Amino acid sequence: MFPSQFTYHAPATLGEALALLAEHGDDAKVLAGGQSLIPLMKLRFAAPPIIVDINRIPGLDTIAEEGGSLRVGALVRNRAIERSDVITSRYPTMAAAAPMISDPVVRNQGTFVGSLCHADPQGDWGSVMLALDGSVVARSVAGERVIPIGEFLDGPFTSTLRADELAVEARVPDPGSEFAGTYLKLERKVGDFATVGVAVFLATSGGTVTKAGIGLTGVGATNIKATAAEQALVGGTVSDALIEEAARLAAEAADPRTDIRGSADYKRDVVRVYVARGLRAAAATPVA
Amino acid sequence: MTTVETAPSAEHPGWMGKSVPRIEDARFIAGRGNYVEDVVLPNMLHMAILRSPYAHARIVSIDSSAAMALPGVVAVVTGALLAEHKLAWMPTLSGDTQAVLATDKVRFQGQEVACVVAEDRYVAHDALELIVVDYEPLPAVVTPQAALEDGAPLIRDDKDGQVDNRVYHWEAGDAAATEAAFAGADRVVSLTTFYPRSHPAPLECCGCVADVNPASGKATIWMTSQAPHAIRTVFALVAGLPEQNIQIISPDIGGGFGNKVPVYPGYVVATAASLLIGRPVKWIEDRTGNLISTGFARDFHMTGELALDGAGKMLGLRVKMLSDQGYAYADAQPSKFRAGLFHMVTGSYDLPAAHVVTDGAYTNKAPGGVAYRCSFRITEASYLIERLVDVAAVEIGMDPAELRRMNFVQPDQFPYRSATGFVYDSGDYAPALDLALEQVGYAEVRAEQQARRAAGATKQLGIGIASMTEALGAGPSRDYDILGIKMFDSAELRVHPTGKAILKLGVRHQGQGHETTFAQIVAHELGIPPQDIVVQEGDTDNTPYGLGTYASRSTPTAGAAAALVARTLREKARKIAAYLLEVAEEDLEWEADRFSVKGAPEKVKTIQEIAFAAYTNHPQGMDAGLEGVKYYDPPNLTFPFATYIVVAEVDVATGEWTPVKVVAVDDCGVRINPMIVEGQIMGGLTEGYAMAAMQQIAFDEDGNCIGSNFMDYLIPTAMETPHFDLFDTCTPSPHHPLGCKGVGESATVGSPAAFVNAVVDAVSHLGVRNIDMPVLSSRVWEAIHAAPG
Ligand SMILES: Cc1cc2nc3c(=O)[nH]c(=O)nc-3n(C[C@H](O)[C@H](O)[C@H](O)COP(=O)(O)OP(=O)(O)OC[C@H]3O[C@@H](n4cnc5c(N)ncnc54)[C@H](O)[C@@H]3O)c2cc1C
Repeated sequence: MFPSQFTYHAPATLGEALALLAEHGDDAKVLAGGQSLIPLMKLRFAAPPIIVDINRIPGLDTIAEEGGSLRVGALVRNRAIERSDVITSRYPTMAAAAPMISDPVVRNQGTFVGSLCHADPQGDWGSVMLALDGSVVARSVAGERVIPIGEFLDGPFTSTLRADELAVEARVPDPGSEFAGTYLKLERKVGDFATVGVAVFLATSGGTVTKAGIGLTGVGATNIKATAAEQALVGGTVSDALIEEAARLAAEAADPRTDIRGSADYKRDVVRVYVARGLRAAAATPVA
Repeated sequence: MTTVETAPSAEHPGWMGKSVPRIEDARFIAGRGNYVEDVVLPNMLHMAILRSPYAHARIVSIDSSAAMALPGVVAVVTGALLAEHKLAWMPTLSGDTQAVLATDKVRFQGQEVACVVAEDRYVAHDALELIVVDYEPLPAVVTPQAALEDGAPLIRDDKDGQVDNRVYHWEAGDAAATEAAFAGADRVVSLTTFYPRSHPAPLECCGCVADVNPASGKATIWMTSQAPHAIRTVFALVAGLPEQNIQIISPDIGGGFGNKVPVYPGYVVATAASLLIGRPVKWIEDRTGNLISTGFARDFHMTGELALDGAGKMLGLRVKMLSDQGYAYADAQPSKFRAGLFHMVTGSYDLPAAHVVTDGAYTNKAPGGVAYRCSFRITEASYLIERLVDVAAVEIGMDPAELRRMNFVQPDQFPYRSATGFVYDSGDYAPALDLALEQVGYAEVRAEQQARRAAGATKQLGIGIASMTEALGAGPSRDYDILGIKMFDSAELRVHPTGKAILKLGVRHQGQGHETTFAQIVAHELGIPPQDIVVQEGDTDNTPYGLGTYASRSTPTAGAAAALVARTLREKARKIAAYLLEVAEEDLEWEADRFSVKGAPEKVKTIQEIAFAAYTNHPQGMDAGLEGVKYYDPPNLTFPFATYIVVAEVDVATGEWTPVKVVAVDDCGVRINPMIVEGQIMGGLTEGYAMAAMQQIAFDEDGNCIGSNFMDYLIPTAMETPHFDLFDTCTPSPHHPLGCKGVGESATVGSPAAFVNAVVDAVSHLGVRNIDMPVLSSRVWEAIHAAPG
């Protein structure tokens, strides 16, 4: 690869990293797994003068449940999520999505948090986080703020993270004791970005839906939270009719564009089919 | 699957039909190959190419002063500079012209506009950004239909006498006889389809290292070329360099698939730069450069009409084709046939009459039209007829296997002259079809399909058949030439005193296993074990002249030459053996690797003993040595055939589909190394699946290419590539010295139609008759929703 010239920093502590970001602002780019940033630099679509490689900072690779939520550190790789016991047993939506992200080579390097920061509307994790009502913890020399994912994802390839901030971790609320979820992805081949992706999550109590989450990938300028569909589900019991209604509402929430992967009508209909299939699959395999 | 064998055994004597492990693999597996990128010369410079962002624009000015001022930049080469040396344009392999670097206009997005030559590649790329080109955008012509409309912008205004965007009009077959056949038909079915622009996408992109020695004038050029000898001659003609001073070396090549047949601007500019600067210049293409600018394939808009009688017998075929050539007619194909071998569109069927009308049009896209794993446009022909037969089967309510069988050219009709002028050397199609049907469990799969239809299942089943025949191994010199050079090929064999040998060929493999297969041919003829034979290809100073490796031509041409030169040496060996054994030549018998005296089998001379004597104790009056050279002009093409059957499962709610079973029965005549043949077939099936399922070099309405990287131009992985069940029948070629036919492309040519037929068959009960490639899930869904029901 023959990128433009850049200055490379590999800080050994979080403090150094935050100081570099404070000093360089918009000139600096954080390098995590590099699976999105490096392709852009290779094609010279991005030419950041300063690279702040966070890979040597200790303590950012934690996956742990703590204080009522799951914490996923900035250096947790997609591969680690795929293999995490706590995630496979307690966060089925994440567990289903992880192996669908690209291929093992990309998953070995790419990070969960980096994917959120990249804010690609075709990225899978944004939809998962929307379905699960997650948030991102941003840190700067000025302090820390917790940004709900819906506010964090701002547009195609833009987040509300400031240039001086590092996303140190993502948080996902505790799913409770009766829950289910999955992720469905339509791709042209393994390793392709989603034509359509659908994240679903259901928390139930004695058969009644107490919480519902539906996130959509590839069908809008950002990942989309299908709020009306979620609301339709909450308080109901899962039935074919309710599933069809939620699927219809989710399809209405989609705002796809016609492109080489298919027409807008097609993608909208796949949202409908996939939300229905996802909810059915989730309802059939609850964790309690 | 075949088992690997390293030596003759009592059960399998000799070297033919043996799956000898590939001799070349040791160096590839150990990372000790030698590719163009591995060539590093002292004092070497690096070149990078600036490409046009527009599909069609006038170049107002190019300012390279800032780039020249960047430390490390040695030269910025523009079209204007090349024009001073009469090198701004070059001929294509189809006799058109193509810009080396644009002078007047750019005519496709990605066209080469300027080159930077610098001390390293980073500097070269930095300098590209400093070149300021002032473009005046022009309306882009992005379809051949639009190109031929009145008032369409003239793309080739550089060419004297070119008043529109038409490239060629070419016809084959008999129009009147075909009209008559249609007039007498009970049924006429038709299909309009588009075979999209695809790309060979070899893993190694193109590149070269050009080293013109300022003292001797000798130009040594390491180049990713499938046809180094032809390139040498083209360089001599274009650059005016004396041919003895040009040495083209194709080192190891990381895949070609037709992409590495043409001459590309990068090669020419790097060579010119080395000549002007007096230092070696290396150019290594990147992926985007490869996909956006180098030889594409297909891009044919086709309509076929088939006339049948009431019983399903085919009476006539009428075909119209419009080819999107890009801005230059740069097909790598025999000059006599303007649309390649597309007129072999009657396939495996005994069609009494056929008429093929073809037109080519310029568009604002990259030039190419290379034979991507295909005998000159035969892929498109095979696809059309195999799709059309399936459409006919649905329309007349016949089983597609039956319809094929009853229309096959019959074994007693060979040699068979087709309605468009091919003489098929041999064939026996029904047994291959029957074996494939048996292996796929045809009756059971059809029953399962019916059950799912009756149940209205979400996942429907489809069965797609393609019974293809192709014409390959170009070719007989009376019909086949490229830029006038006849398409013979050659072999030179030298047996060393110790009985080892070197075989030098005019072809150039890129992964096909020549170093093993051709060694086996010599082993078969002379008994020297393949491990004792070095096969050398690719260096024009050290191999006999030949047209290179593509269009499945190596075994039909150079393979034949290798067998025949070995036989010539065997006759010389007989004379030496007779001398050594003090008997008459007629008293000797040849077996495997030795001559023995008839009736006295203990009196023998092995080939190794004879070779030694050829240098140490040869008969008076005979030349010493044991070597020879053979140029082989094949009497005909070879006609391999196959039946491919795909069973696909289609999700009618989303259009997603998966091939659940793929059966391939290939007949390529005699197999020299079955393992290598099977490798070729598996690779071909994978590429067939890729084209059917996902590949397309697409353009938007402004002519922007939206398939210029591997996130957009899709290569299937092991995950979605189906499992293949391979079988074979054997109908030897009657004219090839070993009975072999080409096989490198059969599966790429034949299988796309089988995949598409399977998907269409799965939803034909919903009224779907056609889905164009790539059969993305969205297209299946859209076809279902658009169908009359
Ligand atoms: C071939 C291929 C296929 C892919 N397919 C998919 C797919 O199917 N689905 C999918 O979701 N993704 C896919 N990806 C993207 C992949 O998941 C990336 O790894 C991910 O989007 C970015 O994570 P990263 O750690 O590599 O980030 P990087 O590339 O290092 O960074 C991406 C961006 O985020 C910023 N950033 C990263 N981490 C932080 C941080 N902690 N704080 C602040 N800013 C930060 C960087 O500055 C940069 O702008 C694919 C990538 C490739 C190369």
